[in-house]
Amino acid sequence: MKEKIRIASGQGFWGDLLDAPYQQVTKGEIDYLVMDYLAEVTMSILQKQKNRNPKHGYARDLPILMKKILPIIVEKKIKVITNGGGVNPVACADAILESAVELGIKEIKIAVVLGDDIKACLDEIVDSGNELNNMETGKSIKTVKDKILSANVYFGAFPIVEALEKDADIVITGRTTDTGLTLAPMIYEFGWKKDDYDLLSLGTVAGHILECGGQSTGGNFLGDWESIENLAEIGFPIAEAYPNGEVIITKHENTGGKVNFDTVAEQLVYEIGDPKEYITPDCVADFTSIKLEDLGNDRVKLFNVKGKPETEFYKVSCSYNDGYSAVGSLTYSWPQALTKAKAADKILRKRLENLNLKFDEIRSEYVGYNATHETLAKEIDEDNINEIVLRFAVRSHDRESVKRFGQEIAPLILTGPPSVTGFSGGRPKPNEVVAYWPALIPKKLVEPKVKLLELK
Amino acid sequence: MKIRLRDIAHGRSGDKGDAANVGIIANDAKSYKLINKHITAEIVKKHFEGICFGNVERFELPNINALNFLLHNTLGGGGTVSLKHDAQGKTLAAALLRLEFEVD
Repeated sequence: MKEKIRIASGQGFWGDLLDAPYQQVTKGEIDYLVMDYLAEVTMSILQKQKNRNPKHGYARDLPILMKKILPIIVEKKIKVITNGGGVNPVACADAILESAVELGIKEIKIAVVLGDDIKACLDEIVDSGNELNNMETGKSIKTVKDKILSANVYFGAFPIVEALEKDADIVITGRTTDTGLTLAPMIYEFGWKKDDYDLLSLGTVAGHILECGGQSTGGNFLGDWESIENLAEIGFPIAEAYPNGEVIITKHENTGGKVNFDTVAEQLVYEIGDPKEYITPDCVADFTSIKLEDLGNDRVKLFNVKGKPETEFYKVSCSYNDGYSAVGSLTYSWPQALTKAKAADKILRKRLENLNLKFDEIRSEYVGYNATHETLAKEIDEDNINEIVLRFAVRSHDRESVKRFGQEIAPLILTGPPSVTGFSGGRPKPNEVVAYWPALIPKKLVEPKVKLLELK
Repeated sequence: MKIRLRDIAHGRSGDKGDAANVGIIANDAKSYKLINKHITAEIVKKHFEGICFGNVERFELPNINALNFLLHNTLGGGGTVSLKHDAQGKTLAAALLRLEFEVD
């Protein structure tokens, strides 16, 4: 057994700093590179891409990145684990294998984790009496079944562990929990068992700290944010894991950003609910048991994590079409910037009303005044305000109404309050609104499968 | 004496469906005692009047000097449906730090 392993986060979301994974594999020693690409919205986008082209449906940045780092990870024996396979992990793995061939790499094993995509068997599941009731509203999925775009189960760490046991160098998954990507190598390397709930919870918490990339190394830090040095060259987080149940959160030397008690603590409270019940497919971690010790030099020790057995369910996330929306904006300058923007809003609303358009919601906000803190925004002295952006958004199940709204913005420049600009991007077009349907499914109904692809 | 939360704490917020999570971390153990005593779910609900339309759940994490609040029915339908500029509630932690409260 290894004395310790270093697991590095390379992406906090699809669209994150493109060079972060390259920095992680070149600026210091690591054993694993883990990359989280999937947000809920990503799955529906990928599903649409796959519908148009059966070879698409994964994060297409990923094979490009892999081509760049393949020679390095082969030489340094760094394993890569990522959920960038989206709704087509096999095509993703094929694209990476193709790159390996082009680079003249002789030997590489890629494993894909399959089985999370349950869209094709939704009818069967519903007919068998599991109506995948919405976790928030309690409604049966039957109410939206015809509009479903994607349906995926969140798998945990164990399918990835199985892939690592098959000697995979690269593991490509579909919908896997962000935390599972980091936990899996610890289970595999240290031989942790399915009922080592405290250890599984420790790895899960480490995964939570890594899953948003630079958010634990000084990015988006609301404490003394100005004290964080060199964010331009921010180092992404690394979990240095030990078999006995300790993890050091750190980053490579000579990178920017900061790892300390405060930066890690902020990430711990990010997007959590009841801290005693952080539920994953692998365990239920108790965030109130976590102990953090700031060791200095960008090293924070994570220990004493307690956990409970996993539940009998997987979480399912379905996406479905739910109408259309569009957003337009106009910028009003001093004098009376806010008053003018508010007058424009009134005129636009009256015109939309006169056109008898149908909207589910109309929302206007004033960027520079209340677009973030709304009712908490302080009154402003208008003479000291240089400009205000009117941000106007609509949502409707009637596409034509949304389209017509887009045609009503620009005319405000010539037919509304003065000193207005900022309409260079063209008419706002209707975007499809993709809504989410979170549900639970008994674990016994879904079977993760691991498939190995090898260079021959 | 009046204290502004911004002066003794920091935090981070995000989305959980149509609910926002607002985590607040006191700068030290002494400040945690203050926020734990004074920042109740009711006070947070009142602070976010006109923003949070559901109930507010409050959780304690004394191990990291933190409180976590779940603000239900707050994000205009949630991430992708919401028309809000801040559809994911990213700025709500800063909004809570505006809170001022009386201490003895």
